[in-house]
Amino acid sequence: MRKMILKMEGISKSFPGVKALDGAAIAVKEGEVHALMGENGAGKSTFMKILNGLLEPDEGSIEFAGQRVQIHSPAEALKLGIAMIYQELNPIKDMTIADNIFLGREYTRGNSAFVDKKKAEEEADKLLKEFGLPVGAKTHMRELSIAQMQMIEIIKAVSSGAKLIVMDEPTSSLTDEEIAILFQTIQDLKQNNVAVIYISHRLEEIFQIADRVTVLRDGKYIDSRKTEELDRDSLINMMVGRKLDNIFPKKIVDIGSIVLEVKKLTRKGAFEDISFDVRAGEIVGFYGLVGAGRSEVMRAVFGLDRADQGEIWMDGRRIRVKRPQDAISNGIALVTEDRKDTGLVLCRSIRENIALPSLGEFCKGVFLDKEKESRMCREIAGKLTVKMSGLSQEAGNLSGGNQQKVVLCKWMMKSPKLLILDEPTRGIDVGAKAEIHSLMGDFAKAGMAIIMISSELPEIIGMSDRIIVMGEGKIKGEFKLGEYSQDDILKCALGGKK
Amino acid sequence: MMAFGGNKEGVLQRGNFRQYIRSYALVIIFLGVCAIFAIASPTFLSPTNIVGVFRQIAINGVLALGMTLVIITGGIDLSVGSLMAITGVVSAMILENDPNMLAVALIVGIGAAAVVSMWTAVLVAKMKIAPFIASLSTMTIARGIALVLADGIPHTIKNAEYSQIGNGYLWDASLTGGVGFPILVLILIVIAVITTIILYNTKFGRYIYAVGGNEHAAEASGVNVVKIKFWTYVLNGVLCGVAGMMLAARITSGQPNAGDGYELDAITAVIIGGTSMAGGSGKISGTIIGALIIGVLDNGLVLLGVSSYYQQIIKGIIIAVAVLLDMKTKKR
Repeated sequence: MRKMILKMEGISKSFPGVKALDGAAIAVKEGEVHALMGENGAGKSTFMKILNGLLEPDEGSIEFAGQRVQIHSPAEALKLGIAMIYQELNPIKDMTIADNIFLGREYTRGNSAFVDKKKAEEEADKLLKEFGLPVGAKTHMRELSIAQMQMIEIIKAVSSGAKLIVMDEPTSSLTDEEIAILFQTIQDLKQNNVAVIYISHRLEEIFQIADRVTVLRDGKYIDSRKTEELDRDSLINMMVGRKLDNIFPKKIVDIGSIVLEVKKLTRKGAFEDISFDVRAGEIVGFYGLVGAGRSEVMRAVFGLDRADQGEIWMDGRRIRVKRPQDAISNGIALVTEDRKDTGLVLCRSIRENIALPSLGEFCKGVFLDKEKESRMCREIAGKLTVKMSGLSQEAGNLSGGNQQKVVLCKWMMKSPKLLILDEPTRGIDVGAKAEIHSLMGDFAKAGMAIIMISSELPEIIGMSDRIIVMGEGKIKGEFKLGEYSQDDILKCALGGKK
Repeated sequence: MMAFGGNKEGVLQRGNFRQYIRSYALVIIFLGVCAIFAIASPTFLSPTNIVGVFRQIAINGVLALGMTLVIITGGIDLSVGSLMAITGVVSAMILENDPNMLAVALIVGIGAAAVVSMWTAVLVAKMKIAPFIASLSTMTIARGIALVLADGIPHTIKNAEYSQIGNGYLWDASLTGGVGFPILVLILIVIAVITTIILYNTKFGRYIYAVGGNEHAAEASGVNVVKIKFWTYVLNGVLCGVAGMMLAARITSGQPNAGDGYELDAITAVIIGGTSMAGGSGKISGTIIGALIIGVLDNGLVLLGVSSYYQQIIKGIIIAVAVLLDMKTKKR
């Protein structure tokens, strides 16, 4: 039997108005990959923040390597041997790999205050070789891909003697190849007796990589099981406490006339010669590897970037889109890839976020008709079942799924003819995901044309009437419903022929 | 949320004491400072002194209101003091030419500050230069313009009505026991009402918050970010003009060196008032209380006979303490 490395028991934590954790627990063995699962809002982040010393628990105990410990800061956690790799990495991009790996524990010349750059670079090079990263220690972080930066974080953690590494959604912005490399690294970590707590919404990954799974629901410990004892359905069942019969409730909808037509759209360095159309009631899925140019095309259609060449037609009329206002006034809405960066004003209220593109409609002369605004916002938020304490709640305080619904509310208020969704369910829990898919079905049924970019093959296949595959800035292939297999699409995206 | 916030749902209804304290931390700090001075000095709470304090903060208050809008967009404007000087000099020189052209002096004077502020507006909104640097440029340019126009010397204002703006009262103070209502304070109130309406009841105000809170999201929601930033800086320029007029009227002179260092007092009032330098949040009521806290400190310390050297040290400490307390109460 392997020894326990971490035991957290009876952890509770309250914030004003919410009990985020209520008797949460986890027990991790040495050299084990342990998945921590739960819907968004189940308390995973709070739980891990407590382990990392960012938050102090109200109750409960933490045992690490057999010792009862109290962790007051990330520095203390690191000292014990607990390292965190966050969803959003924030390396110091203008420093070299060596500088980043040894940040906070620089080699010095003797006992002086001067750093020993040479020694650090030598050591870093050794580590890079060990982990099979084909870059030199003097490379600046800026030049690395996200996957490589992540690898550097892992190297940093391991080289500082971490015995437990927490990875929060590490694959959310990685390509399939990069994921394979990451998983190999995780296997290597296991060999070296390093334990990993792995948080991810992608169930396939859990079954691929995790030895054990612990599930939290509403801040409570639900169960801890060996992965081999579980299947997809039973795991989802544990997480949501209910059975999801149909993950992709695709609705059958009559497909109407062409709404959007894009002709030979080109933006140098991003995509070229892109032509496609979308019809009313149709959901067109855009699949491709990360960096295939899908988001860039949509940004150009919406006016966030300028296209160098090509034409955009809406309802049989050519439109000129110089900025988002032009797209919006022509009935186009874009739910961007990154909610926090381009979707929401997090520090403002739900009401202000929903109303933002529609303020013109809530004006009486120069003044805002706040009553009408609130009424309309409440109505639409109710329709899309946003869970909130009130319209004045800050958007930043909502869970990922609810934030995404607020973004949807914002655009539904404009009743667009074309809705473009870029990775609409990334980082969203299973329950909210199903709700968003169901809403998409409703929108299509109401006659809206929908474009959905997704990197999740099951989602693309489950939701789309037609799939367009992109690679290296070009359209690689197009597939109609029922005329393809999962393998066809993957092969096409990876560069094979249709 | 405070009086003007318009955020009534949920927050106060629950009657949570902590949240209540959080919402009114600034008012409590202000009343605390007042209480200390009231106990230490018998004259502090006299009507004449209170009116004096309000009159004292009027100019900084107007500047701080404009600065609030700019800071909510995530920017800053260091040129406000120099813009004030332009207004004073232009007004004074017009009146020097023809003492009867009061309206022209006011409009052209304030307009001049607005026009010069467009330099910052273009640099920030269109050219995407950091507001700190852009307004630093304007600060120097505007001061230069004021010095060139005035030929480096002060110009006395030769119009009694103009100087009434800075020194007059709504009614004869002797009728009400020496306590009058200064015109300067009236202007502050009018500007506060106008900025409140703009910020909370117009599309433009909403966009100011959205741009400061998340420029990219605002853009992706169809907000013309360039336009909003541009007009925020120009509106601030207009308010600098108003403040410049108030100052020139008060000292009955258009001085090219007027307003030097005023930007810092304005920024201080905004920050004490709880507006985040990161943009996206802030309130007019907060800024007014921020300006009042500075005014009361200046006044109270003088009443207590504290030397002006020590006053600066104490003011500096209070700024840090006020902001720390505000941060603490806002934290969850």
